Amino acid sequence: MKLIPCPLNGLRPVDEFVCGGELRPMPDPATVDDARWSEYVFHRSGIPGVKREWWCHVPSGYWFVLERDTTSDRVLGSWPANEVPPQVAR
Amino acid sequence: MMYRLPPREGEWINREKRLRFDFEGRAFEGFEGDTLTSALAAAGVMTTARSFKYHRPRSLYSAAAHDANNLFQAGAEPNQRGDALLLREGMSLTAVNTFGGVAGDRAAWMKWLSRFLPVGFYYKTGRSTRAFPHFERLIRRMSGLGRIDADARPALRERRHLHCDVAVVGAGLSGLHAALAAANGGAARVMVVDENTRAGGSALHGAPDAATARAGLQQLTAEVSRHPAIRVLTGCCVTGYYSDHELLIAEHDRVDGGALLLRARAVVLATGAIEQPPVFRNNDLPGVMLGSAAQRLLHRYAIAPGRRVVIVGANAQAVALALELAASSITVVALAMLAEAPHAADASSVAALRDRGIELIEGVTTLAATARGGVLNAVQLTTARVGQRIDCDALLLSTGWSPTQQLALQAGATGRYDSTLYQHLPQNPPAGLFLAGRVNGVYEAAARARDGEVAGQLAAAFASRQPAPAIQRPARAEQPHSHPLPLFPHPRGKEFVDLDEDLTLADLANAAQEGFDSIELLKRYSTVGMGPSQGKLSNIAAARQLAWVTGRGLDAIGLTTARPPYQPISLGALAGRRLSPLRRTPMDDWHAARSAQWMPAGNWRRPAYYRREGLDAPACIAAEVRTVRHAAALIDVSTLGKIDVFGSDAALLLERLYTGRFANLAIGHTRYALMVDESGTVLDDGVIARLGPQHFYVSTTTGNSAAIYREMQRRLAEWRLDCVLHNLTGHMGAMNLAGPRCAPILAACSSLALNEAAFPYLAARLGEVAGVAARVLRVGFVGERGYEIHVPADDALKVWEQLMSAGVQVGIAPFGVEAQRMLRLEKGHLIIGQDTDGITNPFEAGLGGMVKEDKPFFVGQRSLAALRRRGNRQQLVGFEMQAADAPVLECHLVLAQGQIAGRITSVTHSPSLERKIGLAYVAPALAATGTVLSIRDDDGAVHAARVTPAPFYDPKQERQRSGALS
Repeated sequence: MKLIPCPLNGLRPVDEFVCGGELRPMPDPATVDDARWSEYVFHRSGIPGVKREWWCHVPSGYWFVLERDTTSDRVLGSWPANEVPPQVAR
Repeated sequence: MMYRLPPREGEWINREKRLRFDFEGRAFEGFEGDTLTSALAAAGVMTTARSFKYHRPRSLYSAAAHDANNLFQAGAEPNQRGDALLLREGMSLTAVNTFGGVAGDRAAWMKWLSRFLPVGFYYKTGRSTRAFPHFERLIRRMSGLGRIDADARPALRERRHLHCDVAVVGAGLSGLHAALAAANGGAARVMVVDENTRAGGSALHGAPDAATARAGLQQLTAEVSRHPAIRVLTGCCVTGYYSDHELLIAEHDRVDGGALLLRARAVVLATGAIEQPPVFRNNDLPGVMLGSAAQRLLHRYAIAPGRRVVIVGANAQAVALALELAASSITVVALAMLAEAPHAADASSVAALRDRGIELIEGVTTLAATARGGVLNAVQLTTARVGQRIDCDALLLSTGWSPTQQLALQAGATGRYDSTLYQHLPQNPPAGLFLAGRVNGVYEAAARARDGEVAGQLAAAFASRQPAPAIQRPARAEQPHSHPLPLFPHPRGKEFVDLDEDLTLADLANAAQEGFDSIELLKRYSTVGMGPSQGKLSNIAAARQLAWVTGRGLDAIGLTTARPPYQPISLGALAGRRLSPLRRTPMDDWHAARSAQWMPAGNWRRPAYYRREGLDAPACIAAEVRTVRHAAALIDVSTLGKIDVFGSDAALLLERLYTGRFANLAIGHTRYALMVDESGTVLDDGVIARLGPQHFYVSTTTGNSAAIYREMQRRLAEWRLDCVLHNLTGHMGAMNLAGPRCAPILAACSSLALNEAAFPYLAARLGEVAGVAARVLRVGFVGERGYEIHVPADDALKVWEQLMSAGVQVGIAPFGVEAQRMLRLEKGHLIIGQDTDGITNPFEAGLGGMVKEDKPFFVGQRSLAALRRRGNRQQLVGFEMQAADAPVLECHLVLAQGQIAGRITSVTHSPSLERKIGLAYVAPALAATGTVLSIRDDDGAVHAARVTPAPFYDPKQERQRSGALS
């Protein structure tokens, strides 16, 4: 079982977490057209690589952002939701 | 014939304690400490198994569960591994793959079919659709191992979780040294795991000076077991290597063994090497076994492999084996060294062999075994000069090794073929995994010990996050210990590469010629390595055969992917105790005492209805419905999600999460709340009460409570609102007191003013009920005047009981979920998840009025705008069956012109209306009131229904709004 570094609780087994999906900026609903909006709502990139995702440590109810490489199954970093550094190009 | 030797120093058996068992109906005796394999070997039983396909006689081969010959049925437990399982008093064993016993297996005629059972048999016969059913029946009868007792009660097995700094897999020479070095190097918790019942591994095998080696090993094991930081687990096989150094361990020396999950910070694999047999004609006969098998039998169980032993060898271990057996007064007739063997006996060995009367034959180029009565009686071999036949009853094979690298490969290491050592070596283990000893290609005893020490120090440093110490690792072997190509094809075949699957050299060559010439394809087509032993003895030989047939190098061939389990583990051990939490409401005992019939609701259980003497289930439910409609009744709704939302942004959070408006909700009032996701699909509903300027009390459906709470938490983190959530789902009990005569009951228990002006429909009040601080909401879900009373869980039962006794005069009764579902359907209220699905939007569900599109923002707003423009594709409508007894159920289809035009989501016989009513999604063209719908039942009969506006009962909604205050 994988271990997930939670910024609040430290290294905990993945059982205690729920993945909330990829961190994706929402386009401005007031100006976006239907095509762009439907792209945002329905399409997810399944391409393996570095992903930033919402993760929740369920027992403590703590949401944070985790970066991992889905090709190597390695966790690259995790931060509180308000301290996420800008993504570095890899 | 194998036999037990006189007592030996260091043997693993207790000759004081005899254990009786029977095998195939015959009674035997063994000693405490014997495995099933060693007990049968000591009793001289030559044939203990039959092979999978041809039902050839088989016997022990590795004595280490590297082969799957000795699989036994032990009572109700199939496929128990004789090499690993300890003998117990009174065991009753049979072989697993026989028709009428292992001795006279009636399926032995299968061997004559071998030419009709080509490689890829399953695929080839499967291509003829006419022939396949016949073959399928035959295959089903003939194949499969063991017998499952379908009536056996599932045994509850232990699953334990363990943690350590450094885990050492393998308690041999290098593993024990690694454990000591790790513990002395600062690791506070070191765990040594070994599949054998005692530590030591192969440390004594072939030692030139047995007494000194034994004394050294005893001292080492004593030091390890005395060390306060080291714990040794024996009889436990590490069978899976999972992420972040988690090891799955099977307690595999007993029938009902459980599983352990060991989490380590660093791991040392000192798993040794698996001896690889040469492949030659009749290499599977009882009497043929690995050299290391003979060493295990000798050192652990004091068993001689035979009366006349011949050894086929290619390495130094073969020479040592010959001398070791001779030193134990076992007759070794000859040591036959293969041509191109990487090792030749040196002068002193030659002299020692001669002194012991062991004939040394060198340069063997062909090899075959012969049988009499189904067991080995001689070996035929040729050298450059002559062919010869040597009578023997034991043929020991000692021609090469492969590292026990399965766990390392599971962990992510790569297995690369080393063309100077003629064997694979695991490379590039992931961080935190260290290899030591023979799995690392280190063979010589002193070097293995040193390699273990270094690995232990490195692991201890890694576990404590120290930089790796600069230590020189001992050199790997420079001389090969394996023969490069120990394959001896024979014109008459029967050279078995895979003993599990009865695959010969020719089978693999044919598969390669048919185009399955990559190792992964070869495996899938021929099934090589797919049997119970997972190719421990066959994968390397198969790769060699493929390399030979295709003219490629072994490094180009590669290996198949290693996956757990390394050794089989029973499903019962993996399942463990199957814990699933059951949540009970505070009134659970009360319900149980009143014959509640339970139904699951999320993790909770809820009363579906309460059984009444002499009534069947529909009658009980109808009686509960009548009580609600005509008197008063109480239902336990403690399972609802209940969340307090506080803060200056509390209203803003709810406005953004729900489709409705909550900023303008007056204190002391409630409002229906509908939540959709970003695509506008209905997610959940509930009631939101405003208890203060910055305090809302939100209820959610039972099944979604955890997910909704979690989503609220995420949005708080994302939007960074000034808001605090408090999940009260488990803290608060709740009950709904409903019915035309409910108000006096509440009035009797509470000082709250209940008249229409003081406590109107949809109001929320704080007050005391039965002396307990309560939140009381005026609700109307079931269509009568109703009060939802929320109190702290500890006091909920007290409140419930007081309401029940206060209601005795009006005939109060509890009601369950089934009655509630009927009551709400009479009102046309929908249930999220039953009357909605994964694509339902609010407009189609008739909830468009709940969507306040002119709010600045809410989740799903943008999608709902698009959906409103698009228009509805279906519409939820009420309907009434023309025939009240039509056998119509949920999910039955609505037809129009022979096409599907909708489906029923809820349907029931309404006790209040004496009609059959329901809700259905239909095409918009069919949604107008009065439209006649055609509904098809399970048998294809079509029934007429009429679209009827909901609510069916009390359409003006007067009863829930006012209700008599009599």
